[in-house]
Amino acid sequence: MSSSSRIKDHHTEQRLFEQRAIVAAILMVVALGAVIIRLVWLQVVQYDYFVELSQGNRIKIEPIPPNRGLILDRNGLPLATNAPSYQLELTREQVEDIDATLAGLSQLGLVATADIVELKKDIRSRRSFDAVPVKLQLTEEELAIFAARRHQFPGVEIRPRLTRYYPLADTGVHAIGYVGAISEDDKKRLNLDEYAGTTLTGKSGVERAYEDQLHGRTGYQQLLVNAQGRSVERIGTETATLERQEPLAGNDLYLTIDQRVQRAAEEALRGQRASVVAIDPNNGDVIAFVSTPGFDPNLFARGLTRPEYLALTEDPRRPMYDRALRGVYPPGSTVKPLMALAALEYGIVGPHETRFCRGQYRMPGVRRPWRDWKPGGHGSVDMRKALATSCDVYFYDIANLMGIDRIHDYLAQFGLGKATGIDISGERDGLLPSTEWKRTAFKRPEAKMWFPGDTVSVGIGQGYMTATPLQLAHATATLAARGKRFKPRLVRAIRDAATGETREIPPAPLPDAKTKDPGAWEYAVGGMYDVANASYGSARAAAAGTLYKMAGKSGTAQVFTVAANERMRKASELAEHLRDHALFVAFAPVDAPKLAVAVIVENAPAGGSGFAAPIARRVLDVYLLTPEQLAEQDAKRKPVPALPSPGNTE
Amino acid sequence: MSYEGLDASRAQRTLTGGTRLLLALHLDGPLFVGLCLVGAVGTIIVFSASGRSFGFLEAQLMRFGLGLIAMILLAQVPPRLIRAATPWAFLLGLILLVLVMITGDIAMGAQRWLDLGFVRFQPSEMMKLAVPLACAWYLHERPLPPSPLSLLVLFLAIGVPTLLIAEQPDLGTSLLVASSGAMVLLLAGLQMRYIVAVIALLVPTALVAWQFLLHDYQKQRVLTFLDPQSDPLGSGYHIIQSQIAIGSGGVFGKGYLNGSQAQLEFLPERSTDFIFAVIGEEWGLIGLITVIVLYMFVIGRALYMAATAQDTFARLAAGSLSLTFCVYVFVNTGMVTGLLPVVGVPLPFVSYGGTAMVTLMAGFGILMSLCAKRKLVSR
Repeated sequence: MSSSSRIKDHHTEQRLFEQRAIVAAILMVVALGAVIIRLVWLQVVQYDYFVELSQGNRIKIEPIPPNRGLILDRNGLPLATNAPSYQLELTREQVEDIDATLAGLSQLGLVATADIVELKKDIRSRRSFDAVPVKLQLTEEELAIFAARRHQFPGVEIRPRLTRYYPLADTGVHAIGYVGAISEDDKKRLNLDEYAGTTLTGKSGVERAYEDQLHGRTGYQQLLVNAQGRSVERIGTETATLERQEPLAGNDLYLTIDQRVQRAAEEALRGQRASVVAIDPNNGDVIAFVSTPGFDPNLFARGLTRPEYLALTEDPRRPMYDRALRGVYPPGSTVKPLMALAALEYGIVGPHETRFCRGQYRMPGVRRPWRDWKPGGHGSVDMRKALATSCDVYFYDIANLMGIDRIHDYLAQFGLGKATGIDISGERDGLLPSTEWKRTAFKRPEAKMWFPGDTVSVGIGQGYMTATPLQLAHATATLAARGKRFKPRLVRAIRDAATGETREIPPAPLPDAKTKDPGAWEYAVGGMYDVANASYGSARAAAAGTLYKMAGKSGTAQVFTVAANERMRKASELAEHLRDHALFVAFAPVDAPKLAVAVIVENAPAGGSGFAAPIARRVLDVYLLTPEQLAEQDAKRKPVPALPSPGNTE
Repeated sequence: MSYEGLDASRAQRTLTGGTRLLLALHLDGPLFVGLCLVGAVGTIIVFSASGRSFGFLEAQLMRFGLGLIAMILLAQVPPRLIRAATPWAFLLGLILLVLVMITGDIAMGAQRWLDLGFVRFQPSEMMKLAVPLACAWYLHERPLPPSPLSLLVLFLAIGVPTLLIAEQPDLGTSLLVASSGAMVLLLAGLQMRYIVAVIALLVPTALVAWQFLLHDYQKQRVLTFLDPQSDPLGSGYHIIQSQIAIGSGGVFGKGYLNGSQAQLEFLPERSTDFIFAVIGEEWGLIGLITVIVLYMFVIGRALYMAATAQDTFARLAAGSLSLTFCVYVFVNTGMVTGLLPVVGVPLPFVSYGGTAMVTLMAGFGILMSLCAKRKLVSR
């Protein structure tokens, strides 16, 4: 190193350093002196100019939050409105002793003792003239309690404001969604300039998906303020002309939901973990969108306490979970009508060709047989009868003959395996398996291979196949409309708050599901008609006495595999979470369908036709019958046993 | 025992209790008092700038207290240990900077933080201390003024972390890191010809940086600085409002808690980077000059301590730390008064905010360890 040839001279170095330090000190004085000269320029020479500019800054802009748009059902009945509520606010500078005041409020039960420390922190962190909410949404009783003692609490006031109110509480909560306090995540998503003064925003369902329609435009008013920021009439001799821009309320939404049907379905599902989706096949309107159990969205608008929130999120029945949109279930036998159409399309089987069902299906080279749900078998069945009796063997066979990729391609036309694109977010895709899917979904090479046995299970909607209740309803609607498809939707019209005009949203057609032979539809539909009407139909009990022609198909989704030699029959003997899911899809009237329904009951006490079919029937009744017809029918059916016929739980 | 030691022990007997405590803790009395005064000004003005928030007041006091503790603890570390740890700290800082570039959290559009699970850590803050210390460490054994080879090594030791930080992007910090390194070179007696050459090179470098290195928002800041009125509601708003605040304060100010610009929230970032304008509005020219004089006292005292330090490492490190503090003050006040473009540099010990306060206090702790021991320890 060259430096090693030189010797370190401490004395010279010290002198060098001192020189440099003096230069640096001079530079510092020069630099900071420049700042001081600049300050003299700003504060002495330009003083008058800047004072004038700062006087202009005496007008403060205060936001006025808009009223959120209403959410109405398809007939204009309110589902989400804005209701006045009262909150208790404390202004620090007007309160002499904050501790005593808070203690007094907690004695009246208006403030939780546990919250006092947090509240005090909150109050002290705000400006002294800010009104800080100490209690949101006072009840009538609390209002009365405080009103009587108001004089004891100077600086504490009741302030009215508008908050979201859901008059039907948990009805349709998974479709409507709910609003809650704006979170950090929301702040990234929303244009915060538009949310000045607003505290709530849509969190799920329509409330979230249509946030920009519902929110409205924030107004503002100019206030003359003094140096403390307090609004005043005048400052010295200065008064100002103050502008005010009124807020523009959000747009109202007309949902496709019919709250009568919605409530009937929820009523029928009470106590179950279940879902019902009902769709108008003619335009994709979702008439009922049910996931039970639900929850009361008013809690979120009010602000949940932590125990309340935990109770909701840790409930094993998962009330916050939207089963209709996000629950994926094996469709079970409800997929058989589509399977039949596919078989016709590929010429696998003729409509009147029969198969003989001995109660089990065997494949060459496979030891284990696939069993029919009926141990003795169904004997000779053609397509309609195979559907009506839900013969498994028939569908094992045609599925095997088609192969999984042809099944995949045909059923995909009905929207299975892909989100339907409904106008709220969070929808799951379900799974329509194929060889390609299995190749990419699994890591181990031996698991990537698709076996013919995999196809056989898919033939009866088991195995890898899953779908959401929404997808099943959509597929059923497509079948009912003989291939015409519409994107499911929850909002049918928007009422513009500014003009008062209501704008209908046109239905959104999707590519049709096609058949080479237009007559093919009638075999699948005919089989479903027989399910509900033939003497051997699996759901004849549930469909007895309909005033319209109904078509349906039951299904049972196995939650666990029963040993091959014995198919469990008595659901009541199994632990609840091991019971099968009960499914039913239906539409009516058969020839000019107005409604398609899918019902799924998790771990149901009875099977598809026994438990789910009566629920589908009820939904169809409420939608299709006049109130008089409905009342008359209810009166007739009052002492209804409506039990599943023994030996036919499928 | 040397003569010096005898002298010191005799002096000790005549000292008052407080001074003796300061000596025992290896703290420099005048510097300590100066720092506490600046901190007190900061705490008082933060209360006003935050709209009389006790929450801000408490947090600021707490941070200042934590900073003081960090300073006192570091002052107890023997200088030799600090010198021995320096190269490792520098290497660790470099590694962490690279890690941040690869994995760091993105906060506010910039990638500066490393999430250690229990705490989020900003390696660029660490480099504000590690770079000048490392430069001083390198020059400690070598003859001064530095040889061309030494200069090349130091150029890399300063340039690499600076570029890494500038890419995060954090222009303010990277400039501070670069200048802290440059201060070591200047104090080490960098020859005049190099200084002239660097200044001559700065112009083309600035042009290249403008073309290729600066982010759009950084360019915007410079453009707005040149003509604030071009963007009165965007980035020019800061500059205009802060000058209105200062200018309308006049000589005597509008009075504590009475600055309309600050209290009415027209002034953005009034409790952080632009707090100097709040002082100007409420305490006027007199208040601002008082604050600047306080800073000058602190810097002057620190420089004096550096000049009287025992070895090259202590002199260079302490000198660089005190001059960097001066750069902080000048860049912040220059930016708030419109002399310099807006770069995110806080007013030390006054602006609300934690990280910079702790780093600066740690710097002064090291400075005291290196320089304030003289009276007690003989060579």
